[in-house]
Amino acid sequence: MADEAGITVLIPTPLRRFTDGDAKVTMAGASVGEVLDSLERAYPGIGERLRDDSGQIRRFVNVFVNGQNVRDRDGVDTSLSEGDEVGIIPAMAGGSRV
Amino acid sequence: MSLGAPEVQTADEFRLPGEMREAIVAHALREAPRECCGIVAGRDGAPVQVYETRNIAEGNRLYEIDPRQLIDLEFRLLPEQGSEIVAIYHSHPESPAYPSLTDVELAFWPDAIYLICSLADGQRPDLRGFRIRDSLVHEVTLTQ
Repeated sequence: MADEAGITVLIPTPLRRFTDGDAKVTMAGASVGEVLDSLERAYPGIGERLRDDSGQIRRFVNVFVNGQNVRDRDGVDTSLSEGDEVGIIPAMAGGSRV
Repeated sequence: MSLGAPEVQTADEFRLPGEMREAIVAHALREAPRECCGIVAGRDGAPVQVYETRNIAEGNRLYEIDPRQLIDLEFRLLPEQGSEIVAIYHSHPESPAYPSLTDVELAFWPDAIYLICSLADGQRPDLRGFRIRDSLVHEVTLTQ
């Protein structure tokens, strides 16, 4: 589709079991949300790891577009253009508080 | 085989060179009373370098590695060096070197070893390693 951009998506190690080990895939979508939809269609099950029931990015997942955290932009509505790079990274977090 | 006591697993070991162990303990001591955090990069599962990272969590009882540093390590720095994240470390300044419920709930990297450095005994820091998968904790023996 002419209006759908080719977006490079960087897949973190813990999610590569969904992508047959691929660290980098190309997806279509004009926004972060659309790219995540494309990811789920291509690799069923991955989407649930990334978004909550309301469709927002999970608290302990970070998504970057060209190095900028989409939480500092428009979240899943952040628009994308051909050639943009989306990086997905689950949190490394925890601590002694229970 | 006796019943009752859990079987002790000895086969699962993680070799962590002494200087890396010392670097993690030094980071924990320097960061106290806050928790420190970082990663260990390795090749073929064997550690090659410790990277200290920024803890962006609030308070003294939580850690969260700065995701900006993490994305740089995971997708740029380490692949360029042919290495990968083999362990994730943080400190427990006042509690034992064992994963808390929070640690287990937030263990999103099942292939990494989780290292915890306890400073609860002020004279003797205690560094231990664990696999945390599907909410199950399994201690690995740290060797040099």
